[in-house]
Amino acid sequence: MTANTVSRPPRETVTGSGPSGSGPRRRPRGRTLTRVLPLAPAVVLLAIFLIGPVIWSFYGSFTDAALTGSSAQDPQWVGLDNYLTLFTDPVFPLSLWLTFVFVVASAIVGQNFLGLGIALLTNRASKVVSAVVGTAVVAAWVLPEIVAAFVAYAYFSEDGTLNQVLAAAGMTGPNWLYSFPMLSIILANAWRGTAFSMMVYRAALNDVPVEVTEAAMIDGADGIKRLTWITIPMIKNSIATNLMLITLQTLSVFTLIWVMTAGGPGNESTTLPIMAFQEAFKFGDIGYGTAIATVMLLIGAAFSLVYIRALRPEKV
Amino acid sequence: MHRNAKLALSVLAATSMVALAGCTAAGGNADGDSQSLKIVYQKTDSFTALDELFTKIKPEFEAANPGVTVELEPIQANDDDYSTKLALSQKSTETAPDVFYEDTFRLRSDIDAGYLLNIDDQLADWDEWAQFNEGAKAAGMGDDGSVYAVPLGTDTRGIWYSKPVFAAAGIELPWQPETWDDILTAARAIQETQPDVVPFNMYAGKGTGEGTVMQSFYELLYGTGDTLYNEDDQKWVVESQGFKDSLEFLETLYAEKLALDPSEALDPNVWKKVFGELFPQGKLGGTVEGSYTPSFWQTGGSYEWPAYTEDMAVATFPTQNGEEPGGVSMSGGWTLAVGAKTANADLAFDFLALAVSQENALWYAINNSQIAVRTDVASEPTYLAANPFVADVTELVDVTHYRPATSDYSKISAEVQAATEAVITGQMSVDEAAAAYDTAVEGIVGADKVTTK
Repeated sequence: MTANTVSRPPRETVTGSGPSGSGPRRRPRGRTLTRVLPLAPAVVLLAIFLIGPVIWSFYGSFTDAALTGSSAQDPQWVGLDNYLTLFTDPVFPLSLWLTFVFVVASAIVGQNFLGLGIALLTNRASKVVSAVVGTAVVAAWVLPEIVAAFVAYAYFSEDGTLNQVLAAAGMTGPNWLYSFPMLSIILANAWRGTAFSMMVYRAALNDVPVEVTEAAMIDGADGIKRLTWITIPMIKNSIATNLMLITLQTLSVFTLIWVMTAGGPGNESTTLPIMAFQEAFKFGDIGYGTAIATVMLLIGAAFSLVYIRALRPEKV
Repeated sequence: MHRNAKLALSVLAATSMVALAGCTAAGGNADGDSQSLKIVYQKTDSFTALDELFTKIKPEFEAANPGVTVELEPIQANDDDYSTKLALSQKSTETAPDVFYEDTFRLRSDIDAGYLLNIDDQLADWDEWAQFNEGAKAAGMGDDGSVYAVPLGTDTRGIWYSKPVFAAAGIELPWQPETWDDILTAARAIQETQPDVVPFNMYAGKGTGEGTVMQSFYELLYGTGDTLYNEDDQKWVVESQGFKDSLEFLETLYAEKLALDPSEALDPNVWKKVFGELFPQGKLGGTVEGSYTPSFWQTGGSYEWPAYTEDMAVATFPTQNGEEPGGVSMSGGWTLAVGAKTANADLAFDFLALAVSQENALWYAINNSQIAVRTDVASEPTYLAANPFVADVTELVDVTHYRPATSDYSKISAEVQAATEAVITGQMSVDEAAAAYDTAVEGIVGADKVTTK
């Protein structure tokens, strides 16, 4: 096992199976305490910087905290008011739906399948082709989010690259960001995020023993059969982990959408993070904004639970 | 493996402790007796006048007050983001500014939030305060009658139109529309004669933010006889015909393609295109803009265009059917205020007073095309001769209106902007958008704070 860990680190990282140290052993109590003690600062930091804001946000969603006005000075407890307003807000169901479309189309379909496809193809391609394709895909991913967002904006905007290419071919492209805001941000996010899935799947595919695939080939299984019966089941854990990570990442995508469409036109691309930002910082209603953030947190938690469930049987 | 885990643990523990120590060190930096003043203001690629002014007076102030350091902290952002950043910085004593730049329409709400210092005492000892006109004195006043901010200047809004474009459409110059229909007639004439020119643009949508209401919607609404807010009852007006008529006018402009394409109109930077490209290239007939317009085109402005003095002209925005007083304008303006969390209130006020001294106020009024609020600046020959439009835009003060100065205003304004966006994009009909606005207003202020008159 140890040898396996060393020779194939990527798999360990992506499947998330913990370090396989020595099994449970009985230790004297005092010794455990001295060993836990050095961890205390890390735990304190986690509490301050991760759990703290979550609790603050949760608390804030029950108050009328604001950026300005009298409630900025002295926020009042308003109970469930923010949530009641949210559930009757006509923008909320729309925003929820757009977030769902965005996650499914750009992450689960776009990034996941493109990533898997590229990983499968480059796995069989020559080293040069694989390196060139890999670099091109990863380039979008290593760009800082704000730069990637501007690149996507420059590509889709009215006199941007896409329309210039179309014009060269004798076609007049629409103003993509205005006429097809969701399509634009979905494509942009798929472009930006595919690299992550690709790298996860490349690492996972390297772990599929060649003997097994060869054995299947000798048994007469064709490419598609080998993919569906051998490869996919063997990288199942990586798929689930990858889906969980990209879903959570995509749920909280903000900069890309903000730069490209700012949630517009109207509310046609207002996903939940955009809605939360607008309410909290544009309209100064921090309480309401944090209520939306809390709802997002719950949606993310629900997704995580589903995926963690999916991961479980393999481990036992 | 086991060894590695131990090593990892100790590294983790060590770095965490360093990080924790870093936190406390950063926190211990704020000693209240340091003689430094933090000045927070806005700076953009097209608004640098205030930055220049502060940079100019910083050494002067430091020389007059030995041991004092002035820290200039310009925030590079548009109006909305600026006010958000400013509000966030006000939350903590460590980041709160000593002196800051603030839009008049946000004053009441920020006074309620406790961000501004009451400067009545300081003003009582300041003899130059008498030089400010009454309107200016009232602009910085809170609900309690105390003064919290000193205005840097004010502005008015009117129609800016391109004389060559109007002449080419056969419209007699100087042009002064008497009714809304006159605007549409002129715009249609331009559309027929010059297909590649945008006839008459008026801002709409959330992108242009406060510009949408100040330089477009309110000129319409306040010319219908209806208002946004009933000052006597202190209630917000809903279900008014004027609101629908105003939306309908915008709908007509955009539907007949007399204004910019909605996709361009919703771009927050559309005004840069208006000033920087459309007017100088003769591609725009007219628009509603502020008295500060020449600041973009004059020497040293962001879009220098010497010919603007010849090519451009100002007209008063008409009332709906020519009702009295025959025109509409809107006024706003920005102020300087002292932060409530300042440790050196008197020193901060001294800096503020220096920034609005006669000499500096004159320089600022000329370089930022402001309408002077100090009587000793308004009478200066150099101010009156700053650009050919000073007299035109100052006249608009007679027909001007002010935004409701309540703490709910900015939320209501956002709803107006949303209504215009829904209408020009065709997402809602005029009636639907007006109804959605009514519902939203009632949601913001409560049913007992709305009225139908």
